[in-house]
Amino acid sequence: MSEQLKVKTMQEFMAEGKQPEILFWVGSAGSYDDRAKKISRAFVKLLNKANVVFAVLGTEESSTGDVAKRAGNEFLFQMQAMMNIELLNGYEVKRIVTCDPHSFNTLKNEYPGLGGTYEVLHHTQYLKELIDKGRLKLEGEAYKGKRITFHDPCYLGRANSVFDAPRELLAKTNAELVEMKRHKKTALCCGAGGAQMFKEPEKGDMDINVLRTKDALEIQPNIIATGCPYCNTMMTDGIKAHEKEGSVTVLDVAEVLANSLNL
Amino acid sequence: MEYLPNILFVIALIAGIGFFTRNVKKLSRNIKLGKDVDVSDNKPQRWRNMVRIALGQTKMVVRPVAGLMHIFVYVGFIIINIEVLEIILDGILGTHRLFAPLGTLYDVLIASFEILALLVIVAVVIFWIRRNIIRLKRFIKPEMKGWPKTDGNLILYIEFVLMLLFLTMNAADSQLQQLGAAHYTEAGAFPISQFITPLFDGLSISSLIVIERAAWWLHILGILAFLNYLYYSKHLHILLAFPNTYYGKVKPQGQFNNLESVTNEVKLMMDPSADPYAAPPEDAPVPEKFGASDVMDLNWVQLLNAYTCTECGRCTSECPANQTGKKLSPRKIMMDTRDRLEEVGKIMDANKGEFVDDGKQLLNDYITPEELWACTTCNACVQACPVSIDPLSIIVEMRRYLVMEQSAAPMELNNMMSNIENNGAPWPYNQMDRLNWVNE
Repeated sequence: MSEQLKVKTMQEFMAEGKQPEILFWVGSAGSYDDRAKKISRAFVKLLNKANVVFAVLGTEESSTGDVAKRAGNEFLFQMQAMMNIELLNGYEVKRIVTCDPHSFNTLKNEYPGLGGTYEVLHHTQYLKELIDKGRLKLEGEAYKGKRITFHDPCYLGRANSVFDAPRELLAKTNAELVEMKRHKKTALCCGAGGAQMFKEPEKGDMDINVLRTKDALEIQPNIIATGCPYCNTMMTDGIKAHEKEGSVTVLDVAEVLANSLNL
Repeated sequence: MEYLPNILFVIALIAGIGFFTRNVKKLSRNIKLGKDVDVSDNKPQRWRNMVRIALGQTKMVVRPVAGLMHIFVYVGFIIINIEVLEIILDGILGTHRLFAPLGTLYDVLIASFEILALLVIVAVVIFWIRRNIIRLKRFIKPEMKGWPKTDGNLILYIEFVLMLLFLTMNAADSQLQQLGAAHYTEAGAFPISQFITPLFDGLSISSLIVIERAAWWLHILGILAFLNYLYYSKHLHILLAFPNTYYGKVKPQGQFNNLESVTNEVKLMMDPSADPYAAPPEDAPVPEKFGASDVMDLNWVQLLNAYTCTECGRCTSECPANQTGKKLSPRKIMMDTRDRLEEVGKIMDANKGEFVDDGKQLLNDYITPEELWACTTCNACVQACPVSIDPLSIIVEMRRYLVMEQSAAPMELNNMMSNIENNGAPWPYNQMDRLNWVNE
């Protein structure tokens, strides 16, 4: 594809006897899911642009176990968690950034109890930090006049009270930020959480993602932005169900930023 | 014979409070059937939550109409208790309007009680209309059929009648004061009951005394009866909202507890020096059951949650699964937990305090796996609850039982989990391909 991304693994840093500023926790979706891989790439382009010294675990990374925990498999979760913690502690990781609110939540809140204490940031929080410190400058008019609405991922918003970082980033692209009726603490779930992503929904009269995209379509956005690979899939499918894929695009906040910088 | 009313009153009071105490003991015994859980952390935050959420009603007013009406009833309930104190003392001592010497302050108090009583009546009528005429969706969900519906209306009727009796009592009293009846010293201001007074025009002093005494007695007996009705109804929240908001979750909503029993086993599995074939030591405790299939497997805060729930249904109306027609209703999870806990309590009552297996449990007999698997763990129910109830924690605890004790997860989830076990991702991809995205 396009230009080469600069991505180094923790192992390589170790071999050089260096420590990166942050560890980018890619997550299973960001590593394997075709749509989510684009989010990982967009985020890395931003990191490269800001000259951030970062590492990934690469083939050493494994599922956080989050989805197993939500499904009730505490055993599998703790197995995964303890293996990951052993690895992370071995590399003396201090700061982790991830594009997946589910990884963010479990790394930040549930790993400390099992011996893994790190500073964990969602990529929108970290990008905001880069901008605030002047390491990343947003320019360009790509989104001027576009209506963007932000869909709050449950595990970022309600679960961890991160509401402002993604909105502040979007506002900096000169786009017109519009809010759905239900947003922030009362945002409706996209339908993927609690392991629903991996199973068929129970019998009902509608799919949750179709209901949530209806919320978004009511305010006629050009772009639905979100900060979660699973929300992204659900919202994209919801838009298709409403046959609006021609006029509404679903993008991650990192993609919006990368696009506005023509990266 | 002079002291007969006092004696009757004291008997009624002792019976009312005695019976209530008995039920409180039962309540406390049932809640303690739950597992122990450490809630000694974050004390300042817990007190703040109680003051803000229970005392300050901050989460009630998220929905402004219901919130405002609820504040009327809530403030009325608390303030009018000062009047109840006077009534109780009058009843015991055989006095009449004992606090009358307070003078102007007394007038202000009585006047404010009357205004509050009117506001309570207005609120109760609006609540009744919302339940029975407008039929708001959340009040007519399947779990609200039968007793829960009757219960909700009964509470409104009782509150309506109690307030009406209070105002009638005052109306008759002020009329008696005007007529200069013996014992009825002039005291109090009656901004609301003055509109009832004209109905009593032309009645003799003795008829007025009958009306005043009847209203007085029915009012206080009604309050004692209502106190005892609490345990049998959803209305316990007026007391339990306070401890419940104190013991409610103080961690980020997304943080689920890590099961300690699992931690121990996982550590053993990952310890290279552990002997996997070693027999457990003689004195080793019976391995703990993973997750919850019945109420005794839940912790006591979760059981307190169940008794605190007043079935307002805000959780269910915010639930994405419920909104899209799935069977899951977080309110039903709480109602089922309470119903099953009550059933267990009754079995214990009938067997000298010992629980005898009745072949039933919370799982399947009350809550079906279909409901549990419909949850997205989005925390909307937790966010919506005005008294810090956490239905999600019960759902997760029951999923844990289904998965770890019964291997009864939906097939697709079993596939997902074996993928994680085999290649560290929920999909069947090779772990060696994890970094391929960089070069695609």
